[in-house]
Amino acid sequence: MRPILMKGHERPLTFLKYNRDGDLLFSCAKDHTPTVWFADNGERLGTYRGHNGAVWCCDVSRDSTRLITGSADQSAKLWDVQTGTQLFTFNFDSPARAVDFSVGDKLAVITTDPFMGLTSAIHVKRIAADPDDQIGESVLVLKGPQGRINRAVWGPLNKTIISAGEDAVVRIWDTETGKLLQENEKEIGHKKTITSLAKSTDGSHFLTGSLDKSAKLWDIRTLTLIKTYVTERPVNAVAMSPLLNHVVLGGGQDASAVTTTDHRAGKFEAKFYDKVLQEEIGGVKGHFGPINALAFNPDGKSFSSGGEDGYVRLHHFDPDYFKIPSI
Amino acid sequence: MADVMSMEDIRAEAARLNIDLSSVDWNSIRLPPGEDFGIKSDDDDLNEEDSLEFDAGFGNIIVVDNLPVVPREKFEKLEGVVRKIYSQIGVIKENGLWMPVEEDTGKTRGYCFIEYNTPQEAELAKEKTNGYKLDRAHIFAVNMFDEIEKFMKVPDEWAPPEIKPYTPGENLQHWLTDEKGRDQFVIRAGSDTEVLWNDARQVKADPVYKRPFWTESFVQWSPLGTYLATVHRQGAAVWGGATTFNRLMRYAHPQVKLIDFSPGEKYLVTYSSHEPSNPRDTHRVVLNIFDVRTGKVMRDFKGSADEFAIGGTGGFTGVSWPVFRWGGGKEDKYFARMGKNVISVYETETFSLIDKKSIKVENVMDFSWSPTDPIFALFVPELGGGNQPARVSLFQIPSKEELRQKNLFSVNDCKMYWQSNGEYLAVKVDRYTKTKKSTYTGFELFRIKERDIPIEVFELDNKNDKVIAFAWEPKGHRFGVIHGDNPRPDVSFYSVKGGKVAKLVTLKQKQANHLFWSPGGRFVILAGLKGFNGQLEFYNVDELETMATAEHFMATDIEWDPTGRYVATSVTSVHEMENGFNIWSFNGKLLYRILKDHFFQFLWRPRPPSFLSPEKEEEIMKNLKKYSKKYDVQDQDISVLLSEQDREKRKQLKEEWERWVNEWKKHHEEEKMDRQMLRDGEASDVEEEYEAKEIEVEELLDVSEEVQDV
Repeated sequence: MRPILMKGHERPLTFLKYNRDGDLLFSCAKDHTPTVWFADNGERLGTYRGHNGAVWCCDVSRDSTRLITGSADQSAKLWDVQTGTQLFTFNFDSPARAVDFSVGDKLAVITTDPFMGLTSAIHVKRIAADPDDQIGESVLVLKGPQGRINRAVWGPLNKTIISAGEDAVVRIWDTETGKLLQENEKEIGHKKTITSLAKSTDGSHFLTGSLDKSAKLWDIRTLTLIKTYVTERPVNAVAMSPLLNHVVLGGGQDASAVTTTDHRAGKFEAKFYDKVLQEEIGGVKGHFGPINALAFNPDGKSFSSGGEDGYVRLHHFDPDYFKIPSI
Repeated sequence: MADVMSMEDIRAEAARLNIDLSSVDWNSIRLPPGEDFGIKSDDDDLNEEDSLEFDAGFGNIIVVDNLPVVPREKFEKLEGVVRKIYSQIGVIKENGLWMPVEEDTGKTRGYCFIEYNTPQEAELAKEKTNGYKLDRAHIFAVNMFDEIEKFMKVPDEWAPPEIKPYTPGENLQHWLTDEKGRDQFVIRAGSDTEVLWNDARQVKADPVYKRPFWTESFVQWSPLGTYLATVHRQGAAVWGGATTFNRLMRYAHPQVKLIDFSPGEKYLVTYSSHEPSNPRDTHRVVLNIFDVRTGKVMRDFKGSADEFAIGGTGGFTGVSWPVFRWGGGKEDKYFARMGKNVISVYETETFSLIDKKSIKVENVMDFSWSPTDPIFALFVPELGGGNQPARVSLFQIPSKEELRQKNLFSVNDCKMYWQSNGEYLAVKVDRYTKTKKSTYTGFELFRIKERDIPIEVFELDNKNDKVIAFAWEPKGHRFGVIHGDNPRPDVSFYSVKGGKVAKLVTLKQKQANHLFWSPGGRFVILAGLKGFNGQLEFYNVDELETMATAEHFMATDIEWDPTGRYVATSVTSVHEMENGFNIWSFNGKLLYRILKDHFFQFLWRPRPPSFLSPEKEEEIMKNLKKYSKKYDVQDQDISVLLSEQDREKRKQLKEEWERWVNEWKKHHEEEKMDRQMLRDGEASDVEEEYEAKEIEVEELLDVSEEVQDV
């Protein structure tokens, strides 16, 4: 089926997120306005105005009422999904990068970049049920990793936080004590910046994508490396199908080098791999620049990709896709 | 640093420190870099190599002996004379001329020291003035200062050299006896150099030997595949064997830049060029010819870059490599180089010029040896504004007899192409049109093996077409030409069999600019490199049909394996992206592909010519079915084995994955209650309850509507 081209952002896309029901798609971009779309037909539903910098990441609560966004304007904001009103602003001294709601949506993890002598940090905030009771105090602040922390997500039962970023190391932190529980072994880990991280639907394993041209699948509890997917391009975005044993890797040649070569050299394809066999199955072309964001619809029947070219492409799978043999 | 300890001392020290020596794992001890604790290294030869470079602190000083002995009054005059002679050769350092005198008499001692800025100048001075006649009684004896010590050490009595017992070497041809008949190749990527088997049946490359920092610039196989040559600052080295790749020989040549083997790989030519100290001078060039097996220098050539820069038709600066071109087939009997108005042919028996003189050819532009016979062809351009025609001549060596000559008119340029058996020579002639504004192309075909060497002239269908590429079928009688001015040129194939050039076919509008014939002939790849981004067409010239078209995006290099069974296409580091190589079957099926960043070189290991007699080869060709049966069975076995392995692997992966999935399910189930708690008792987190959830949402919407009503 033809992809639906969603033109709404003026700058490169940074992040995509479906709500749990799979009817809404939230997109973040380097322009300052996160946008929500109908996940079925790609119609624009609304925007969230208020940020004053690139928006790097977002998460939506389980009941699709709250949206949290992290932005380069040194803030993270809570929004009412339906009305688009700002409910609360968490202010920081450096740009906010990754955001993630915990199980139960009572906590959120927000990472901040190293900036003007400040090191990067992971902040845990309590999210009040009533926005009027919301306070900006952090429950927990974790520091230690060098460079940006590009993604941080909650582990099972909110007992751990998994972080990954520029230093190419995946870390697991204890949310009770704030201690570092585990780092991945150097030899098996990524060699360059980890750009993306996606959890499985049941939160039992996660996939990391890195500029070292590979993606790796890890067990969330033991940090065991289960699979490695090797590609030809730096990986900027990863996603896992909730339905089939497929993983999707997106990326491409660095944006600064794009104009110097043939468009085919860029490999701006979303590449599908068999999750178990680690073999490439196919690719979806279309973007005119590297893919920065990928997300699967929770029903596994469509996925969307966001590119450096400023477009979101929404792909509903053909029936043939579901007939791809698997083991 | 402590003095060397004896074992006794060590034991005593160990006892004092309460260490049980027997429990110490000596191999696990690592000394800090640069520190040896007085323990002598046992691989001295590595250090020796280094000393070559660093000990030569006086390499720029020469000693001039046999000077006249003069009294004090004449000292300045003599110094003036010496300075004049030696400052012509290079820049003498300030206070770099020192002539010692006897203290009591004030007379000179008859020798002096001269210090130059560079060792190259010193060497040049030694070369030029050793034996210089100042007058009848004073003939200079010039030596390098560094060598004095060496000469002092020469023992007075001759001692017979020790004869080393014979140790059998490794069988250097061992790789040819591979049971599966595979071929090897070498790749260089990053700092690693690696030799691999092309295991095409198993569609993978099988590693043989890998070594980081094996070479400092490039690697090169010898023409028969026996050696792999590496290039270092101190010189070149060759390595060999099937799997071990031991170093067989080293060839000292500081700052060597280029190397070249003779076709029979008996000799190795090394080349270096050195920056002059005086910017007005040209670069100094040093060439050595080594005997590959003994490592002995057979002959060296030194001179200015100008002397060696002649050659090539373009008249570009720098040397055209190889400087020495080898002729006369695999016997390595002759080599030649082109000089100004001469061609110098040397023979390897004495390493001197044949008949002690070069062949005089006014204004020779280019020459090229027959690949098999001691015959070369040379090209002389038009002289005197067209009064004297251009000509192509064939010379026989060692008789220096001119076998055939052809005069050509209004010629712009000539290029010579020998067929690999030396049977034909095609000369591509670019002529001016009448207006002299443009050129057109014709060919002169020499049939070398026929009586009197008949010459045939032929032109392309459209003689104004620009010729982009020309290539003979190896060992065959056909050639291919890429021609045309369009963005998509045409490709034509011709046969020269039967005394007449006959066109076989013209393929229109191809995206190709290079032709790569299989070493066995018959198959050819029409390749579009560079501007065409790596288009490949596998073409069968026997059947005149395309077998396959493919693309290796951005490919820069294409090489057939020596048997003509497989082709390697590679993207080297001229591109930033896509680095790596593909292996294809002869008919254009992609077998496997390997990506490597910073990919520099891909080289198949050449094979020596087959030992089978032509009759035997023909017999095999005739009964190919019979012979191929054996291999068909092997192929079958391997494909069964492969699918078996594949199934096994898949099964294993599946089981492993299921183990993980089950474990995750278990954990998920265990944590169910806790999760519900975290979600304030909301139970649904499983897919099946998805529908129910949707209904819930609808109810919620109803509630909100009621609110609006109020």
